Amino acid sequence: MSIDKETARRVAHLARIEVAEADLEPLATELSAILGFMEQLGEVDISGIEPMTSVTPMAAPMRADVVNDGGCPGKVLANAPDARSGFFTVPKVVE
Amino acid sequence: MSDLTKLTIAEARDRLRAGQIGAEELTEACLEAVEGAAALNAFTAPTPERAREQAKAADARLRRGDAPDLCGVPLGIKDLFCVEGLPAQAASNILAGFRPPYESTVTRQLWEAGAVCLGKLNMDEFAMGSSNETSAYGPAVSPWRRRGEATPLTPGGSSGGSAAAVAASLCLGATGTDTGGSIRQPAAFTGIVGVKPTYGRCSRFGVVAFASSLDQAGPMAKTVRDAAIMLRAMSGHDPRDSTSAPIEVPDFEAALVGDMRGKRIGIPSEYRVDGMPEEIESLWVEGAEKLRAAGAEIVEITLPHTKYALPAYYVIAPAEASSNLARYDGVRYGRRARIGAREGITELYERTRAEGFGPEVRRRVMIGAYVLSAGFYDAYYTRAQKVRTLIKRDFEQVFTEQGIDAILTPATPSAAFGLGEMASSDPVQMYLNDVFTVTVNLAGLPGAVVPAGLDGKGLPLGLQVIGRPWDEAGMLDVAFALESACDFSAKPGKWW
Repeated sequence: MSIDKETARRVAHLARIEVAEADLEPLATELSAILGFMEQLGEVDISGIEPMTSVTPMAAPMRADVVNDGGCPGKVLANAPDARSGFFTVPKVVE
Repeated sequence: MSDLTKLTIAEARDRLRAGQIGAEELTEACLEAVEGAAALNAFTAPTPERAREQAKAADARLRRGDAPDLCGVPLGIKDLFCVEGLPAQAASNILAGFRPPYESTVTRQLWEAGAVCLGKLNMDEFAMGSSNETSAYGPAVSPWRRRGEATPLTPGGSSGGSAAAVAASLCLGATGTDTGGSIRQPAAFTGIVGVKPTYGRCSRFGVVAFASSLDQAGPMAKTVRDAAIMLRAMSGHDPRDSTSAPIEVPDFEAALVGDMRGKRIGIPSEYRVDGMPEEIESLWVEGAEKLRAAGAEIVEITLPHTKYALPAYYVIAPAEASSNLARYDGVRYGRRARIGAREGITELYERTRAEGFGPEVRRRVMIGAYVLSAGFYDAYYTRAQKVRTLIKRDFEQVFTEQGIDAILTPATPSAAFGLGEMASSDPVQMYLNDVFTVTVNLAGLPGAVVPAGLDGKGLPLGLQVIGRPWDEAGMLDVAFALESACDFSAKPGKWW
């Protein structure tokens, strides 16, 4: 599968990574090469094979539905680039 | 630099317990070695004050006679582990300034066992790389050089800082993490031992996530015995990681006997890859001969889907990474980009991530987003997960139907290469470094790398032992037999 410039633009947006207009074409070429490498998987007969969901045969552990951590807003916010009045801040969002 | 830093963990333990050396004295020797090794760029955040405090406490504990194996043993910690209050950047600019207010389970267990923290170690950004060159701190440099040359070589990646630090005797052991070979490839490149345990053996809590179904923490040390000692302290069930297994942790060190009689060691024909240097091929054959001489039965086996492990890995790992790394958005922690007055939240996210992630991380996050996107999910991701089932089944068949106890393979397709030497190759060339190691992650198995010899230029080469699930003890015993027979004693000459 070869990726064109428009697909590269769409993928960059899906990944929320800004890519300059001039870099989209080289990005498309680079991603195409990597996807080309993955094309080998098409040779494998996978009929009747279940996709792996867990590498170890283990049921998801259950626990009581209780609060067992928290109550430390100071710690939670300590690494925020911008926090005010106990909240994370983001630019104004107006739709 | 005193010779104390050259001790193995087992030797240090015995001397500390016997009162022949003190933890403070040993820690000072390591701190001095770290300070003198800036040229290796292995330690990104040395923590001398914390180390001295911990060493003092370890000495008190030793005097009380209540000292676990690691009490007073100075270790380095890969930057991927959160250690409360210390920088944890995963070698990425996007986490600049981040200081976790919590402790990873693995490091908590190490400190409880009395280990001393010398600081954080360099790595590839978010553990994505095989040469340490994707690090935001600049690459760690191998203490090894080709005979008669001064070309700086890679210590491998992603746990390259850990490998360089152990190989250069800056610390007695280090933590690493391994998603596709990130403990084993650098161990092989630097002539040390690296162990990737069974998936679920070590808790992933507090370890910055790359590809959650593949990531495992493990020890990097000078000897198999040291790795066994560290692994025991790092392992165990943790309710805070739902994939951590409630399985008892054996005394791995006690399992090191080296008697290979009755053991069936598999040699997979698919690991003879095109273009593999003759030296690696012969090292592998000699390794098998040594295990045979120790009493093992050598059995030719076949793992038919090996060829597809690397492409499957490079679908699955980026897919999981794109999901895990979605959290780096410049809002809750780390670096935030500046945006213009007329720009909004989307520009904030997109610019923060464009500026904060390096090229390899951006590439993998985008590949992951693509293979998971509507219309392509089944063609790439579901297909790769089906191939993963087949790869795991290959191993199950040799373990259960052929009664194989462990598998012997080369660790890497080459010796360490020079920093910058791969700069002009396409990314896939770098990915080929993982060709012998990724299968183990995809199948969730334990793998250990042992230094086995030097190449014609005087650089270390390693062999890999792959074990049955949860049989790290048996795997380490094979590694121990191999280590004893190879008797690898070369050390890098000090140039730094």
